[in-house]
Amino acid sequence: MNTLVDYPSVVERYEPTLGLEVHVELSTNTKMFCGCPTTFGAEPNTQVCPTCLGLPGSLPVVNRTAVESAIRIGLALNCSIAPWGRFARKNYFYPDMPKNFQTSQYDEPICVDGYMDVTLDDGTVVRVGIERAHMEEDTGKSLHVGGATGRIHGADYSLLDYNRAGVPLIEIVTKMIPDTGGRAPEVARAYVTQLRDLISSLGVSDVRMDQGSMRCDVNLSLSPAGSGVLGTRTETKNVNSLRSVERAVRYEMSRQAGVLDAGGEIVQETRHFEEQSGTTRAGRRKETSEDYRYFPEPDLVPIAPSAEWVEELRGTLPEKPWERRARIQQAWGLSDEELRDLVNAGALDLIEATVAAGAPAGEARSWWVAYLAQQANSRSVELAELPITPAQVARVIALVAAGDLNNKLARQVVDGVLAGEGEPDAVVESRGLKVVSDDGALIAAVDEALAAQPDVADKIRSGKVQAAGAIVGAVMKATKGQADAKRVRELIIERCG
Amino acid sequence: MSDLIRLSAAELAERIAAKEVSAVEAAQAHLDRIAEVDGAVHAFLHVGTEAALASAALVDEQIAAGQRVSALAGVPLALKDVFTTSDMPTTCGSKILEGWRPPYDATVTTRLRAAGITILGKTNMDEFAMGSSTEHSAYGPTRNPWDLSRIPGGSGGGSAAALAAFEAPLAIGTDTGGSIRQPAAVTGTVGVKPTYGGVSRYGLVACASSLDQGGPCARTVLDAALLHEVIGGHDPLDSTSIDAPVPSVVEAARLGASGDLSGLRVGVVKELGGEGYQPGVRASFDEGLQRLEKLGAEIVEVSCPHFEYGMAAYYLILPSEVSSNLARFDAMRYGLRVQEGASAEEVMALTREAGFGPEVKRRIILGTYALSSGYYDAYYGQAQKVRTLISRDFAAAFAKADVLVSPTAPTTAFPIGEKVDDPLAMYLNDLATIPTNLAGVAGMSVPSGLAAEDGLPVGLQIMAPALGEAVMYRVGAAFEASRVADEGLLIAPEVAK
Repeated sequence: MNTLVDYPSVVERYEPTLGLEVHVELSTNTKMFCGCPTTFGAEPNTQVCPTCLGLPGSLPVVNRTAVESAIRIGLALNCSIAPWGRFARKNYFYPDMPKNFQTSQYDEPICVDGYMDVTLDDGTVVRVGIERAHMEEDTGKSLHVGGATGRIHGADYSLLDYNRAGVPLIEIVTKMIPDTGGRAPEVARAYVTQLRDLISSLGVSDVRMDQGSMRCDVNLSLSPAGSGVLGTRTETKNVNSLRSVERAVRYEMSRQAGVLDAGGEIVQETRHFEEQSGTTRAGRRKETSEDYRYFPEPDLVPIAPSAEWVEELRGTLPEKPWERRARIQQAWGLSDEELRDLVNAGALDLIEATVAAGAPAGEARSWWVAYLAQQANSRSVELAELPITPAQVARVIALVAAGDLNNKLARQVVDGVLAGEGEPDAVVESRGLKVVSDDGALIAAVDEALAAQPDVADKIRSGKVQAAGAIVGAVMKATKGQADAKRVRELIIERCG
Repeated sequence: MSDLIRLSAAELAERIAAKEVSAVEAAQAHLDRIAEVDGAVHAFLHVGTEAALASAALVDEQIAAGQRVSALAGVPLALKDVFTTSDMPTTCGSKILEGWRPPYDATVTTRLRAAGITILGKTNMDEFAMGSSTEHSAYGPTRNPWDLSRIPGGSGGGSAAALAAFEAPLAIGTDTGGSIRQPAAVTGTVGVKPTYGGVSRYGLVACASSLDQGGPCARTVLDAALLHEVIGGHDPLDSTSIDAPVPSVVEAARLGASGDLSGLRVGVVKELGGEGYQPGVRASFDEGLQRLEKLGAEIVEVSCPHFEYGMAAYYLILPSEVSSNLARFDAMRYGLRVQEGASAEEVMALTREAGFGPEVKRRIILGTYALSSGYYDAYYGQAQKVRTLISRDFAAAFAKADVLVSPTAPTTAFPIGEKVDDPLAMYLNDLATIPTNLAGVAGMSVPSGLAAEDGLPVGLQIMAPALGEAVMYRVGAAFEASRVADEGLLIAPEVAK
């Protein structure tokens, strides 16, 4: 067993070189090469057809939306878009590959040579070069049953689900990221985080690491500090969360340093990250290196996006999420921490849309992070999944501002919208929630309450205005909360004056 | 023997449309003929009696109801067993697909059905279309109706033999290196390889994707043209299908039958006229040139210097694509499964060992080798360059001539067993037909008479530029009309039962 070197000591004596390969599943309605739906979580083998099952005679046809998404990702990463490129076949046998080859771009990727400026927590900016982003199809899923490892070897039998086979993927590969020193884990995490946000802002993928719609492989090597000699790298897979990205880099640095310190050599291999222990373990060692026998896919014509199309797509790119955040932070006067809370709660888009629908930023924010966040929490859904739109929230805020609702009533209106009772105005109508603003009705209620509590009425008349609270309460009760409390108080003082 | 089976498809269709003969009668006559002679010929792997009669009955109903029907409605057809059919097995002549019933129809199948053509059954072929004699079928060879001890050509020997034995007036073949044209030549029938992309490959079980092309087979040029217009044209399910109208080949065939070729330049390819031809083939070709000249064509000699590398390039590109296309036959989802294996890999290997014949294995091994890292550039890469050079040769030749001609095959039908253990001798059958596949241009074989020494049919190959089918059919029809006027149709001797 190899000893781990403690982190400060690694950083003192070794220089890490990072590389990240990120697979992103596109959220197109249909698969890469056929018309099958891509919905996550369907019954196994219900989203399949002759093409994605690789049946004899079937042929692929490229999904134009997937190409469009690939180009938009490339443009957002400052890549050049190849004017001409072919798909290739990557040949290998595996039961979850229906054709026993994967259709992928090999030496002619659609996006090449870009970069992303990654901002670390302290504001340091690291420019990460993008080598390429290319399109490929996903494989099916295997579930190996029996045996000790959950892997195909030693399993009693395997279940295959081809629903995922042919789902479009984009693989984004960085150039080597040198000179990050002790900050390598942080840089890796920040890059993946920022990439996730960028792709999310393009609306082309769910980028859910927990569901596998975003997957990350971490390449890492060490070289002795100042030597300038690139070390042998390992590739760590199964890194399924942002936190794991950081942990995997850090662990590999300590592990590799241990091997090197002991005079050993790093083996170029695929390793698997273990979420529980935060360690990496070697994958099954292959006796011979895999030869994928790539050759151009003869069933497809080359992809040749016109310059006009690329420019048209460039025009559809949204504001970069980090630039947008900076703008919003300034406009709404938020602290870093407040902004981070909003981002983490997934509230930023919702609040911005609510503001765009006419609500003041403060109130929009307060609705989403307080009452609506509670509702989402109690229903165990994401904020964005609540059945209420920013426009509806804005309308409720407007009704409060106009004095038509008080806060308590406004929450009831929101409850009605969440319960599927329709637009806020319809809920106000059907539930009869409008603030009672008819002074006549209120005066009658006030007089009744004063008559019912003559001792309190006397106190008020004698100048003890704070005693009015009891009467306000009674009036509110009598009007079932639909009175404007402020107006009630005014009327009480008037009637006692 | 019923007279109905002697009719051309055009004549039969006219009689059916005129209600002189019912489609059911036509189907039954051919089914009877199959029952009578196919035990000796073995053109069919599967006969779909019930479906054929039902399809014919539908056409009769439509005609009785006064509905418009297609130009070939009710005409029976023999379909090469490489196109998927949802109501019949599809085996590709291989044990590995024994009993496989596809869940979908090929586009060609769909178009045949839509035209009211009666599909009689599926015809025998060399396994996965690899061979020139139909001896490589896992289900036993097809015999040439001209001499049952001889081969009917291949890979589409079943389709060609069905025509020559009057089991069907129409057939569909596929041509990867000559698999439609060479069988046509040795059975005295007409076979057309359309321009690559002219007929959809969707549902055509691939041999070599960049070379395969489905096409019509018939006993007359006009019949082939009528069938060509049914199956041809753009298919959105095949990316490599050409998005252009089908050339007007029926009109061209009718025009050609008037027999005037004045103003047309017919190029004789110097490199396809050398050594290696059987004397009777050579003599028939020379007579053919005189006939074309008599019809008014100008004969010019053209040189295609890179054709001599065609065979070598073909036997690198074809096996490379085969090795990848046939990877899907792994026992996991359909077809044969040899269950004895202890692991998925072993099941795959044992199934492929048991399910593929020697010629298929030979080509898979060749292709796997040619695509291997370190060999790719020298083999596959170099072969692709040859392909480009051959395309250039064609372009230069077509600048000097409207069509090119050569003998279709170097010999007449050879005895069964003569070349089956000598792959190189077998491969040489396709020497003259391979260049058109490599370049994607059109080619056809038309009967040019009988060889003096053995009395067996010889074919004339006519080649035209991409989408130049109209001129090719015109020349073919003129040649046919002139020859038939002098010598009569080539009719195989009655099959000995």
